[in-house]
Amino acid sequence: MLRDHAAIVRFIEQAHGITGRKKLQKMMYIAKKLGYPVNEKYEFHMYGPYSEELTARIEELCTMGFLVEEKEDKGAYTQYAYSTTSESMDFMELSPPLGDAFSTCIGEMKEKSSRFLELVATLFYFDDLEQQAQIDKVHIVKGKLNFSDEEFAEAFKFIEDLKKNNC
Amino acid sequence: MTPYATQKLAEEKVFKDPVHRYIHIRDQVIWDVIGAKEFQRLRRIRQLGTTYLVFHGAEHSRFSHSLGVYEIVRRIIDNSFEGRPEWDQSERLVVLCAALLHDLGHGPFSHAFENVFSLDHEDFTQAILLGDTEVNAILSRVSTDFPQKVADVIAKTYPNKQVVSLISSQIDADRMDYLQRDAYFTGVSYGHFDMERILRVMRPREDQVVIKSSGMHAVEDYIMSRYQMYWQVYFHPVSRSAEVILTKALHRAKKLSEEGYTFTHEPTHFKSFFDGTFTLEDYVALDESVLLTYFQLWTKEQDSILADLCSRFMYRKLFQYIEFDPAKDFMKMRELESLFREAGIDPDYYLVFDSSSDLPYDFYRPGEEGERIPIHLLMPSGEIKELSRQSEIVEAVSGKRRSDHKLYFPEERLRGDTPAERRIRDVLGLKEV
Repeated sequence: MLRDHAAIVRFIEQAHGITGRKKLQKMMYIAKKLGYPVNEKYEFHMYGPYSEELTARIEELCTMGFLVEEKEDKGAYTQYAYSTTSESMDFMELSPPLGDAFSTCIGEMKEKSSRFLELVATLFYFDDLEQQAQIDKVHIVKGKLNFSDEEFAEAFKFIEDLKKNNC
Repeated sequence: MTPYATQKLAEEKVFKDPVHRYIHIRDQVIWDVIGAKEFQRLRRIRQLGTTYLVFHGAEHSRFSHSLGVYEIVRRIIDNSFEGRPEWDQSERLVVLCAALLHDLGHGPFSHAFENVFSLDHEDFTQAILLGDTEVNAILSRVSTDFPQKVADVIAKTYPNKQVVSLISSQIDADRMDYLQRDAYFTGVSYGHFDMERILRVMRPREDQVVIKSSGMHAVEDYIMSRYQMYWQVYFHPVSRSAEVILTKALHRAKKLSEEGYTFTHEPTHFKSFFDGTFTLEDYVALDESVLLTYFQLWTKEQDSILADLCSRFMYRKLFQYIEFDPAKDFMKMRELESLFREAGIDPDYYLVFDSSSDLPYDFYRPGEEGERIPIHLLMPSGEIKELSRQSEIVEAVSGKRRSDHKLYFPEERLRGDTPAERRIRDVLGLKEV
């Protein structure tokens, strides 16, 4: 019971909090693609792979008091930051601890911008395609974001490194 | 010779439909797709899964819903959009096919089945569209890349977002059909709204479909209908109880198979799902008639848990439930699991936590991931305004998720006089009989 919820809490605790809903969504999706037990269903949405179930569970966890959501004023917009609470420690035990390699990967993802993670997650979403076809697809579905060749190269390198690190 | 993509039937065909009165077919491609075996299979998949155990009229199929979504999209593009410069008429066939085929990959009692076998019906929709199937053969006659185009619209990765939004957005043909169809077949009085009015005021714009502001009240009604249907029908706790039992029965059958159990009735159709070797052909061969046949046979199985769960489902001896606040009560779960074991009742199958959650309408928050494209109103001035900024009714439900948590259990098995059973009743708050 609630193991999927507990896995989310453990993930956020391991990241020492995550700022930005988009960032959280993309980090969890990338983790799912790397084998982390993310059971929430993802679909392709406005910003790439997105899980309505994950959004719902985050809100539930905030209501339950196992996560805290704080608004951060960024001038033109508001960002939401998520962190664990003292009450979440027992609850988190419902989900098995993460391995060291995976914890490192979470840290590396957190360092990246949400724009970059959006690109990485979208490339993962089309990972059944050849590399050039993946790039073409990203240009079609995210034409307005104008990702550069350098960003693609960095994203592919990042994916390769994550896989190499046995995340 | 007329290209296949634009071939018309010699005479229009119609399907009589209780929701839209008639479904009109003129395109040869659409007629052929409806006749494909993968589409005909949808006749044997109920639109509302286990809901028929609560609302006995809810026996309608995904076949009729798919035809309904097709008909709504056809009316939008042929009646409201045709001739408007913002609408690209060359997208007509792809959006009609996507509307018709958007649910093609649903399996028997989809949610339970997907949960147990870790599947996603949307992957199967893609696989049927792009694989060696009758549907694919028909779509490929339009052009070699046509099946992929249809698949991309359904997967929401198609370049023309306006086309995608007709099938998938906060006010799309899918929802407009299922709300009315489900209301009709369940017999509830919610779920009704003035769809004709909404269709008349829909206008194509870049990347989206907008609603003329004069139609705002019809849209308000649609949003409230949706809200009511989720809580009165889709999340009905008794229907959830049936789904909990169905899920647990499939889990049990899978576990027994993994442990080498010899079934009295060999589960031929499920074997490849139990061991993970299934093919697309295996998947398409499954439907609710097949599943219910096995459930009927398994009521006589030697394994008492499988036999009991299947009997409960077939004869509607469902689990009882209590409200359960996971924040407050999650520690109780551990105690209950241990008490159930002490009482000789396996909690893995007989103590189930279940959550339902819905967000009636969401608006876009700049810089953040709202993700749901909001409903936009076209004002008389030509300005575009987001619905919840104009409608107080919609504003009242916007961004407000409602969740419901329940704990399910077989109450009649907890009526004994052992200390464990007495304590279970106490923890669950069950009245002494």
